[in-house]
This record gives sequence, structure tokens and C-alpha cells, in this order.
Amino acid sequence: MPHPFYKWKQVMTNNQPLISSKANIPFYRDERVLKIFAQILSVVLVAGILIWAIINFFKAADARNMTLTFGFLKESAGFPISNPPIDYAPVMSFSRAFLVGLVNTLLVSGLGIIFATIFGTLIALARLSSNWLLSRIALVFIEFHRNIPLLVLLFIWYFVVFGMAPQVKESLKWPGPIFVNKRGIYIAWPRLTETGGIFMILVAIGFLVSFIVFIMLRKRRKITGKDTYYLPASLGLLIIFFLFGLLLSGGTPFQMDIPYFEGNNFRGGMRLTPEFAGMFLSLSLYTAAFIAEVVRGGIQAVDKGQIEAARAVGLSQIQVLSFVIMPQALRIIIPPMISQYLNLTKNSSLALAIGFQEVFAVGKIAINQAGRAVPVFALIMLTYLSLSLLTSFILNIYNRRIQFVIR
Amino acid sequence: MYRKYFPVLAIFIVLALVLTACGSTEQPAGDEPAEAVSVEEDILGRVLDRGKVVCGGRTDLAGFGMLDENGRNLGFDIDFCRAVAAAVFGDPEAVEVVPLTAADRGPVLQTAEVDILSRNVTWTSSRDAQWGNFTNVMFYDGQGFMIRKDSGITSTDEFDGATVCVTSGTTTEQNLSDFFRQNGMEYEAVIFEETAAVYNAYEDGRCDVTTSDKSQLASVRSGFANPDDHIILDITISKEPLTPAVPHGDDTWFDIVKIVSFALINAEELGVTQANVEEMKSSDNINVLRLLGEEGDWGYTDLGLDPDALANAISAVGNYGEVYDRYMGPNGISFTLPRGPNYNWYDGGLIYAPPIK
Repeated sequence: MPHPFYKWKQVMTNNQPLISSKANIPFYRDERVLKIFAQILSVVLVAGILIWAIINFFKAADARNMTLTFGFLKESAGFPISNPPIDYAPVMSFSRAFLVGLVNTLLVSGLGIIFATIFGTLIALARLSSNWLLSRIALVFIEFHRNIPLLVLLFIWYFVVFGMAPQVKESLKWPGPIFVNKRGIYIAWPRLTETGGIFMILVAIGFLVSFIVFIMLRKRRKITGKDTYYLPASLGLLIIFFLFGLLLSGGTPFQMDIPYFEGNNFRGGMRLTPEFAGMFLSLSLYTAAFIAEVVRGGIQAVDKGQIEAARAVGLSQIQVLSFVIMPQALRIIIPPMISQYLNLTKNSSLALAIGFQEVFAVGKIAINQAGRAVPVFALIMLTYLSLSLLTSFILNIYNRRIQFVIR
Repeated sequence: MYRKYFPVLAIFIVLALVLTACGSTEQPAGDEPAEAVSVEEDILGRVLDRGKVVCGGRTDLAGFGMLDENGRNLGFDIDFCRAVAAAVFGDPEAVEVVPLTAADRGPVLQTAEVDILSRNVTWTSSRDAQWGNFTNVMFYDGQGFMIRKDSGITSTDEFDGATVCVTSGTTTEQNLSDFFRQNGMEYEAVIFEETAAVYNAYEDGRCDVTTSDKSQLASVRSGFANPDDHIILDITISKEPLTPAVPHGDDTWFDIVKIVSFALINAEELGVTQANVEEMKSSDNINVLRLLGEEGDWGYTDLGLDPDALANAISAVGNYGEVYDRYMGPNGISFTLPRGPNYNWYDGGLIYAPPIK
């Protein structure tokens, strides 16, 4: 039996609705009006606070005679930068010094991201391995690196590990022309000779051509269904270009640049400074530990039934991993991975503790030498903001591509 | 897609606009000097309200700014802050020392976060214009080089290709690059923000050479495991007048701090020491009586201080020579550094102050 109220309600709605017209509701109780009002209020409040903060900032800066101009960027910097990756001398401008710092930041975070991703994934796989020893080693690695501050790790690598290297005059000479001492690791490195340019250009063209051939032939196989031998064909093309380049450059496109001792230091060769090596290693190992956990989480989130099904149809261990687990795990892995990449980039600003001069370290010196704290900090903020936004933009595009497509 | 990014982009654009706006509006043509705005700060008022002097110093340089075994701040630079506190409050302990790195000290003074910056700061014209008011040179120093004995280097002529450890944000850093440029030599700089890190790296062998003010090198060498393994070269490549500074904007405070430094120097000249301040109050030397506030007005009414403010300062830390000798004299707590140019002008040095009268 229906509720008596039901009947009453029906009667009421049939004859005259409860809410007859808008006119009955005062505006201060109308939900729509209130919503709009709340929006306006919050916008005014937020904008007001922002504007007040900005005005206050300008007033205070003005009163303290802290000039907010960027003109000083054109003046000569006057301070040295250790081992600049691009051409730099103290006579050059502050903006140049800043650029040197930026290149260093990009270098250490770019290489760090690549290494941390590869190494972190390997650690995650080791952690999930059924081999007890391997899995425990991975566990210890992860817990050690996740649970100590990055700064401590930096000091360990820089002052303890690299501090154990011998003095310059007692350099370790490893098999082959590799020298290790407190000033860094010196490795013999092939340098381009005068004719090397032609060789490099031809090899580059070779890569391009063989890549295009590879794609085209593979596409044809897909369409026609006949084997087009795309792999041997493109590889052969590459070798031909390589040999041709070698011939044109007279057989010696490279010359080994072997480090040698002169005066106070080693010269020549490829050099890895302890500052860069310490920064790179601690930054990427630290982040690798976090990435390993992200990857492990992603893999473990894949339904067990999927793996069992894949095994049941006879896929090998590697095939299960690359065709079944990874494509599904990536969807979960990518978003937290973006945060790890951003963290790594921003953490590189700790480098000033061990004398690696990336953008933050250079900025801090510039603050002191030019006495322009506010513009320099604004510049530093803008730099990291752009880097972070760029990283997440690129990765978000990738993320969208690998997500489920809902048809 | 764009919708999702809109808030982030909006913030980004606003920030960029603000930055370009302040870049363009305040810089009409090239590098026109910014309009000089006079600052009004009431530092003295704040000091009196607070009941103590906030002193920007350091805790990591033996002789100048360090801690004793009880964690009490002391050192040549710190004693100056204590003298000021004694002059203002009659109490040398009414001081709060804020340790600063070389790179931080400028902005901190600019924003008046400290009342006095006494942290072996070199007085330069650009710092005077930007940072604050520099009072009176308390230590005449110059930049030198320290090398390890076993490096085989004996003079700066052999510096080509050397690795040099240096502190960032210092005049030292600039002088170093000027020196090598002038002499047409190459070098590799290894730069740290923390003074301790610089000398760790140097002692460890990361660098052939380290460079700083000679007093600092002497101080640091005294703390090395084997001080005799290191030599400070005889060459001096710059002028480093180490000077306490106060923030811009309070003339009275600037005057007080300056006059305290004058008093310490005059006291040495007149033979007034920490021990004999009281008995010197009945001296027959008129200049001594004026210094100790027994005769005439040395300016205390206008500055709002007690007549015996300077006497208090002297009895708190001693005269200039006593402060120097306490830390760097023949039996100094920290190390021994010949006074050289830091003798009173009476004794052929550069330490000189206007008379107290």
C-alpha cells in the first residue's frame, strides 16, 4: 500500500505546484544568485590580496632603494664560474653567466632524468624479482636512498667518495688512458679532426635516410603483407653512408685526445669534474629510488588475471612484460613520474652546496655581486617555472596518448 | 586541452607581465640610475624597544666570529657589536648574533633585518650605494693566496692552469678573476657558498690554491690539521677595508655606531683600557675626561645616550688594541697575526679616528 503522503503529494503537484514562481523567493535565498555572488566575492578577495601584495612589494622595494630593473643583466659579471659548459669569461655579461647556469641545470637534470628512469625501472624489476637476494638488494637500495635527505647524499658522494680519490700527482691510472684523481676523471676522448665535419654530416644524413626507408618499407609490409626486409635494407644504407664518409674524410675523422699532465693539472681528454659527477650521481640515484617505487606500484596494479592469461597463451616472460604488463602499468606510472621529473629538476638547485654551478648558484652569486636580489629571484623563479611547465606539458601529451581510448 | 592548462598559463602570463612591466617602466632608456628614494627607518627606536642589538655576524671564522665552548659568540667582529650594546644599554650581553653567509649578508642589510652588519665585510663603493651605510674601517686587510707546501709552487708566476678554491659572493671572487686576467693566466675556479666547504675542499686537495683576505687565510690555516703544510704567499692583490655597516635610513643610529668605533680607537691612543676605565675618569688628561663623559658633551644629548656610554663600551670590550690582541695578538685565543697596518696611527699604522669632543 502506498504511503498516504504519496497521494497528497500527487494531488498537490497536479493542481498547483509547491514552488509556483520565482517571485516568491527573496534574492538572498535564491541559490543561483547566491552562487554568482560567492563567485564575485572570491574573485574580488583573491584579486584584492594579490594586488595589495604586489603594490606593497613595490612600495617596500622602492623605499629600500632596491631597484627592480633588469638593466644590470647587460653589465659584465666579473665573477668566475667553475668549468663552464659553454664559452664563458668573467668579462661577459650577467645574462651570459645566467645562461651558463641554465645549461648546467639542463645538463644535470636532463641526464639525471634519463639515468634515473632507466635505473629506477631496473631496480623496480629487481624488487619484484622472485630471486630473494636480488629483491632484498633492491629493497635496501630503495630504503637507503628514500630515507636520507638528498643533501646528505650529496655530501657523501662529493666529500667522502670523491674525497677518497688520490691527489693529482698520484693519479690512478686505469687500464687504458683513464686517470682518476681529486680533480675528476679524465678519459681519452675522440675529437673531430679537420675533415671530421664531412664525416659527421654524412653519418647524420645516413641516419635520416635509413630511418625514412625503415618506416616506409615497414608500412609497405603492413599494407601488402609481403616481407620487405626493412631491417637489413636500412642497416645496409647506414653502413654505406658510414663507409662513404670515412673515405671522404681520408680515413681519420677522429683523433684520440689523450689526457696528459702539464703544469699543475691534467689537460685534454674528456673530463668529468667531481662536482658534476657528485651532483649527477646523487640526484639520479635519489630519484631512481622513488621512480622504482612508482614503477613497482604501476606493475603491481596490473590485474593478476592478465598476466596469467598471457602466460596461458604461451607468451614468454619478456613478452608478458613488454606487451601485457608495461602498456597497462604505464597509464598508472606516468602521472607520478612527471612529479618525480619535476622534483629532480628543482632538486638540482641543491648543487651550490658542493660547488656545482647551476642556475640557482649563479643567481645567488649575481645577487651578491650586482646587489639585485628581487630581479634575480624573479628570474630564478621564472626559469624553474618554465622548465617545470615545459616538462609536464610534454609528458602530459605522452600521457594522453597512452591512456585508454574511450570509443 | 588548453582549458586544462589555462590556470597555470594565466599565472605564468601574469608573472611575466609583472616582470616585464617593472622592467620597462622603471628603466626608460638604458641604464638610467633609479630615482634615489630616501628611506626612513627607525632602527634606534626598534633597538630600544627590543632591548637588544641584532648583529649580523658569523660563527665559523676563528678570531673574527666564532663560538666558545659554552656556545657564546665572540670574536673581533662580535666584540664590536657588544661595544655598541654596552654603549646603548650598558650591557654587552644585549646582543643577538645572526650568523650569515657571504652571499646572504648584502640582502639582509638592505632589508634592515640586522641593526649592524659586522662580519668582515669589505667596504666598496657599490656596496655603500646598495647595501647600507659603512661606518669606520676596523681592519685593513688585503687578499692573498694560500698554497700547500708540497705543490711545488713558490710564487704566483707558476699559477697558470691552477685550480683555485674560493667563496662565492665575495669581493675575493672578483679580485681573483681580475688577477688572472691581468696576468694572462688560465685557472679553474671551484666555488662554494659555505666558507667551511671552501677550505675543506682545499685541505682535501681539490684545489692547488685558495684565496681570501689574508686575515681569513691565517685564521683558517690555524685550524688545519697540519698548519705547517700550507704557506700564505707574500703577495697582496687587493685592498680589503673590513668595515661594520648599518642599514640605510637612520642617521642617529649610524652616528652612534660610528662614534662607538671612534671611542675604541681613541681609547687606545689615550691609554684607556678595560681595566683602568674607572680610575681614568679622574685623569688629568682633558681628552680622556671628554671620552669618558666626565667633561663636556661628546654628542650624547643629541644622540639620546648616557654621558658614560662610551666608557661603558670600553669597559665591556676594552680598547681597539685590546680587542685585537685578545684574538690575534701574540697570545691571542685564535691565532697570531702581526698588526701591520692595523696599528694605531700613533704607532705608524692606519687605524685613525676623529677626536671625541
